Amino acid sequence: MVGIVGYGSYVPRHRIRISTIAEQWGDDAKVIENGLLLQEKTVPGRDEDTITIAVEAAKNALKRAEIDPQEIGAVYIGSESHPYAVKPSGTVLIDALGIGPHVHVADFEFACKAGSEAMFVAYSHVKSGNMKYAMGIGADTSQGAPGDALEYSASAGGSAFIFGTENVIAEVIETHSFTTDTADFWRREYQHYPRHGGRFTGEPAYFKHVLNSAKEILDKSGIKPSEFAHAVFHMPNGRFPLKAGKTLGFTDEQMKQGWVVNIMGNTYSGSSITGFSAILDVLKPGELALLVSFGSGAGSDAFIFRATERITEVQNKAPKIRELLDSNKMYLSYGQYAAYRKKILFNE
Amino acid sequence: MANSQRYTREIPHRFRLEAQKFEDGFVSLPNRYISPNGNKNSEKIKLSGKGKILSYTVIHTPSDEFKLIKPYAVAIIETIEGARLTAMITDTPLDKITIGADVELVFRKIKEEGASGIINYGYKAIVV
Amino acid sequence: MREVAIIGVGLTKFGELWDQSLRDMFAEAALRAMEDAKVYKIDSLYVGSMSGGLYAHQEHLGSLMADYIGQVGVPAARVESACSSGGQAARLAYYEVASGASDIVLVGGVEKMWDVDDGTFVLATAADQEYEAYNGVTFPGLYAMMAQVYMQRYGLTREELAAVPIKNHKHSVHNPYAQYPFEIDLKAVLKSAPVADPLRLLDCSPITDGAAAIILAPLEIAKNFTDKPIKIKGIGAATGPIALHDHKDLTRLDAVKLSAERAYKAAGVGPNDIQFAEVHDCFSIAEIIVAEELGFFDYGTAGKAIAEGQATYGGKVVINPSGGLKAKGHPVGATGVAQLVEATLQLQGRAGKRQIEGAVLGMTQNMGGSGGSSVVHILEAI
Repeated sequence: MVGIVGYGSYVPRHRIRISTIAEQWGDDAKVIENGLLLQEKTVPGRDEDTITIAVEAAKNALKRAEIDPQEIGAVYIGSESHPYAVKPSGTVLIDALGIGPHVHVADFEFACKAGSEAMFVAYSHVKSGNMKYAMGIGADTSQGAPGDALEYSASAGGSAFIFGTENVIAEVIETHSFTTDTADFWRREYQHYPRHGGRFTGEPAYFKHVLNSAKEILDKSGIKPSEFAHAVFHMPNGRFPLKAGKTLGFTDEQMKQGWVVNIMGNTYSGSSITGFSAILDVLKPGELALLVSFGSGAGSDAFIFRATERITEVQNKAPKIRELLDSNKMYLSYGQYAAYRKKILFNE
Repeated sequence: MANSQRYTREIPHRFRLEAQKFEDGFVSLPNRYISPNGNKNSEKIKLSGKGKILSYTVIHTPSDEFKLIKPYAVAIIETIEGARLTAMITDTPLDKITIGADVELVFRKIKEEGASGIINYGYKAIVV
Repeated sequence: MREVAIIGVGLTKFGELWDQSLRDMFAEAALRAMEDAKVYKIDSLYVGSMSGGLYAHQEHLGSLMADYIGQVGVPAARVESACSSGGQAARLAYYEVASGASDIVLVGGVEKMWDVDDGTFVLATAADQEYEAYNGVTFPGLYAMMAQVYMQRYGLTREELAAVPIKNHKHSVHNPYAQYPFEIDLKAVLKSAPVADPLRLLDCSPITDGAAAIILAPLEIAKNFTDKPIKIKGIGAATGPIALHDHKDLTRLDAVKLSAERAYKAAGVGPNDIQFAEVHDCFSIAEIIVAEELGFFDYGTAGKAIAEGQATYGGKVVINPSGGLKAKGHPVGATGVAQLVEATLQLQGRAGKRQIEGAVLGMTQNMGGSGGSSVVHILEAI
């Protein structure tokens, strides 16, 4: 049996309300809130970045896994906001956690699915018998351009998953990936903000890839949507994942627990996988969960998990994501938000 | 001032809170060959990150590297293992900081050496 | 060892000296001291300065100053001990004379602080660079943290704390060399900009350019140079931990206590014999804690005593007749020497309107960092 032995998430304490951003740019707050189904999003503190977020998430994963960090054979962090263009986030993380130095480290990038692919590779290492444990992490502090629609949703947070064969809490039943070259959302080197194709990001991008990878994995596994306790799809806003789920035959009830976007925002590489972390927090032994990510460019990774008996022993060993989302919140004005996110021209 | 050599050398202390406990009771976070009172025998320990505020202040006139984040609080903390250290307090409303408050050390970005230099990480404290 | 006396003193005005460079100020003070002592050739030179490198990109100050005061060829060295550089330089010079190695030794202190923008950064190098300054602590922040605990433990009020700078400004009115020779009141202190809670701008010594110099000679030949040689009766020095967080008690400065004990022992006197003291009031709280460590007041009582007038003319001991670091100014490396200049002038009866009547025994206390070092001199009129 190969699966998750430990998982953990982290979001910063700072928040900004959708209405605050709407007021800044002269949008109707109610229209935005209802259109995107978003209330507020997380904002990284000035002393936080993808690396510090990944470290906190991984600490929580280690708390649940209860293994010696030295036994982890590979660590992969997926993000589209790695602090360095050249110098991996993963090396800082392993030194912070006492993993390695006899370890393989690489950073991953694929828009919002960099986290799920880090998980896929970590899982594959363990499945092939290459190593005892491997960790895949997705974390982001992505930005939306001022006044752009993405500014309402781009937020910060991440989750970490340790795969192994002993003391598994959620077994991997099936995986599938679907990828094509689709220019729906991109950022050229040296550009500060990404660009996107507006409505092109919907049907031809998000829905095409998410629905295809989901349909394939359901067919391959022979499992019907009604058999799942929970399902989570990538959450660029509140509406897309619910529409995708419904199209596939999932109910709102099944998608509710993982649907954290309305109070978290879109944590990009940390999006669907953090929704999945919320699911693991409540998953009962024997229950099935579906995780479907999406990364612009474009691709989708899908996983089916089944919880083992052991899951209930570890859920309480680290903070749960919905607890983190609901506590110690510090709200920012737009001015403070702009300063934190360096949208102001500072005198260097 | 950050540079690659100092940054790398300090990693065990700043990242993992690796410390030393000397036989005379002195606990040192940075590496020492000998305790301030001349004792050479020590064992390696790793701090848990939990401690208490002995004193604190709110800085209103920082040096240039921190001027955009003022006002911010710094504190002298005694860890549960008996180590003493100085740290910036983060993510805590200033009125929640008191002498005697319990804190936890977290992994954060300390500074960037400009737009092109290396990023320095280390520990900061949050009041629990 | 021979006994040693101060035979001449000199200093520049303290303040924002835009027209004068590091070497200009040093030369002015040194040449005045040599003039005062009627000395044209010296045997050795000590330069006290904290950071010629970071402020003026200039090291090798021994050589530079020997050159610029017209004494090329003499042995010279810079002495550094953060803010107690001046006091330490004087201490080492004392031993060079006392040992018989040299007769006429000039000790000068100097600092050029207004040439840089980020002075806070330079001052923080007096603290623990890796484990204090790196984490965002500033120099005032360290003393602020001492003040927080002191005020909580002993009930010292914000108003009582302000009594220190108010008193020192009252003293500086009659000091022609002072940076700020004017009075301030409680309202001004409480309205001044916050620096590091609870300290405000007027609790803190300023950024100052300036230099001071003294000439040492063996006591046995001192009368050849001046009618009023001042004897260095005893010196004591000590170190404390570099980082404030390693102090066992955040309301105490052990290095000050230790240096004072050593000086009292060498001089054969006690705190009650001292009529005045120039002490290191880098921040208001510093003067309070120092006054206790020097033995003038019991622990926890100095703040109230100073507020009640015990540290000014007519009180138990006159602390900082010159105006102290706060009102006179604090060109870091010069301060320790400037304290000795003031003490000498008082003991020689040359202190003008700020003269302490019948002064025969005085003290200087010079401190580095947050109590990382302390040097105490006890001087006597003979």
